[in-house]
Amino acid sequence: MKNQDGKSIVFQAGFWFFVVLILVFSLFPFLYALLSSFRPSNELFSTELWPKTLTFEHYLAVFANPRFVQSLVNSIIVAGSTVLIALVFGSLCAYALGRLPFRFKGLALYTILLMTMFPQIAVLSGLFVMLKTLGLFNTRPGLILTYFIFSMPFTIWVMTQYFRSLPKELEEAAYVDGASPLAVFWQVLLPLTVPGMISTGLLAFIGAWNEFLFALTFTVTDDMKTVPVVISQFTGVSAYEQPWGSIMAASMVVTIPLLILVMFFQRRIVAGLTAGAVKG
Amino acid sequence: MKTKEDASVKISNLVKTYTDDRGRPTFTAVKNINLHINNGEFMVLVGPSGCGKSTTLRMVAGLEKITSGEIAIGDKVVNDLEPKDRGISMVFQSYALYPHMNLYDNMAFGLKLAKKTKDFIADTVGKTSKALGLDHMLQRKPGALSGGQRQRVALGRAIVRDPKVFLFDEPLSNLDAKMRVQMRTEISRLHVELGSTMIYVTHDQVEAMTMGDRICVMRDGIIMQVADPLTLFRHPENMFVAGFIGSPPMNLVKGKIQKRDGGLVFVETAESGALTLPIRGRFEPLASKYVDKEVVFGIRPEHINNEPKADGSSTLVNMKVEIAEPMGSESLVYLKTGSGSVIARIQGDHIFHLGEDVLAHFDIDRVTLFDPKTENVLK
Repeated sequence: MKNQDGKSIVFQAGFWFFVVLILVFSLFPFLYALLSSFRPSNELFSTELWPKTLTFEHYLAVFANPRFVQSLVNSIIVAGSTVLIALVFGSLCAYALGRLPFRFKGLALYTILLMTMFPQIAVLSGLFVMLKTLGLFNTRPGLILTYFIFSMPFTIWVMTQYFRSLPKELEEAAYVDGASPLAVFWQVLLPLTVPGMISTGLLAFIGAWNEFLFALTFTVTDDMKTVPVVISQFTGVSAYEQPWGSIMAASMVVTIPLLILVMFFQRRIVAGLTAGAVKG
Repeated sequence: MKTKEDASVKISNLVKTYTDDRGRPTFTAVKNINLHINNGEFMVLVGPSGCGKSTTLRMVAGLEKITSGEIAIGDKVVNDLEPKDRGISMVFQSYALYPHMNLYDNMAFGLKLAKKTKDFIADTVGKTSKALGLDHMLQRKPGALSGGQRQRVALGRAIVRDPKVFLFDEPLSNLDAKMRVQMRTEISRLHVELGSTMIYVTHDQVEAMTMGDRICVMRDGIIMQVADPLTLFRHPENMFVAGFIGSPPMNLVKGKIQKRDGGLVFVETAESGALTLPIRGRFEPLASKYVDKEVVFGIRPEHINNEPKADGSSTLVNMKVEIAEPMGSESLVYLKTGSGSVIARIQGDHIFHLGEDVLAHFDIDRVTLFDPKTENVLK
């Protein structure tokens, strides 16, 4: 039996089965969190998927919590700064690695990649000592520095590929026009890597926004904690209650800025993902 | 023609050796060349890919480091100058327009960097874009333009900087055939109007012949001949130039000059059916110097015809048509010889058929002889 496309029904059925499977697998946790955030506290442990009544009590509770609001501010500052600094330094490094001739270029690139290969727990204590020494323990700059270190390799690698994909003649034309290397970078090459910067910047932002282990370790006071840490430390009415409703509502709240960012830059990301390939 | 300071280009003992990233030499692209380009001259560097023509141009531009030798623009040695300080503009094969800037900004970029006044920039870009027919699209970005328009913007960007020397690196190679012809005349016109020195790199000998005041033919990093188009065509100094210039290029037939029946003949080296041409007239004194020696006999397709020359100085041979390519007003006819074929460019709309007998008239006065070993012309 064949349909119009000449593919068998069995094939079609199998195809859609896997599509649904993947969708459920990837979206169910999110759906569960979303629904739980609207579920009244007394229903939280019911086995039904859809809540009988919807409530905003958790959202109100979350925003009434000064610790959470402070952590939102902290997260925005930390993640935002991380992205800005990573992009500035990352694209400068990438320009050098992708465009300028120097020895040990390959070695440099792979050393940078090496930094991402260690498990976080392996560098945790070393970083702790470093931050302590620098007097950055329990500060936002300390977290920014940490996230900066971890977003750099990724930023540099992606941006290097980006710079490499730009035609060499463009740069040469600018040199002939009288541009200095820095002017070539700022006025000619950098504007062309904007799609790449947006996608790397978004990924760096998401990474810093959701990071938990370092944030938990390197901050102790409430005024410095970031969102994931504060959410994990929500307390219920008694020590024996886990406030799942508030946790879920807070999680939803902190996802929204990411969604907005992604949607805002969506077209740019797609352009960024394909631009390198097309330009060759 | 504007009066300008001296914008001649002197290239002396220029060498370019590429090195790998540890500084070891890998490949010598330009091997000790000397070339003097006069003020206001249109010099074409032509040759097959890898002959060093682009490398030479890029060294003049300052985009490629000079291994040894000297380049002077005007009376100033520019070896160690940045591209911007050399008084040059360059037009690239891929146009190399800044994709994120509109046409105005593309053309104004160099002037802005040179800190010219806003009025001056607006005035210069305005005039230039008008002359190039781009003034109605200055707000557009390069992506919205056709190839020909893009190349015109690239020209404009080169012109506004008012350079001493224009450098062109295969600027027409990315255009379609029709556009190429149009831009060719446009660049030639530009040269007449500006009177600037121009160095033009191409692999297309037709471009070279139609545009150049003089042409420098290069091969493997060496200059094979520098001459004006007609000299290059009529008096090639070696077999490479003979085989490179002209379309189709010069027929080159290996053979010997022999004495026969009191006269001289050229006999092709072949097992059977060797082309045998009686030699007389102006060519005889030259041929008599190389009796019984191996030579390469060069004759242009234009100088083989199916009708006798008016003054009766041509040499007659009976030949067979191997392939014929009718082109309308003329035909390219491949005539069978002992070892291959020679091409004749025959005027008229006669259709030649395979195997047809043709009485070929060789204009023996126009023959060039080459030494098969050195490949240089015999005089």
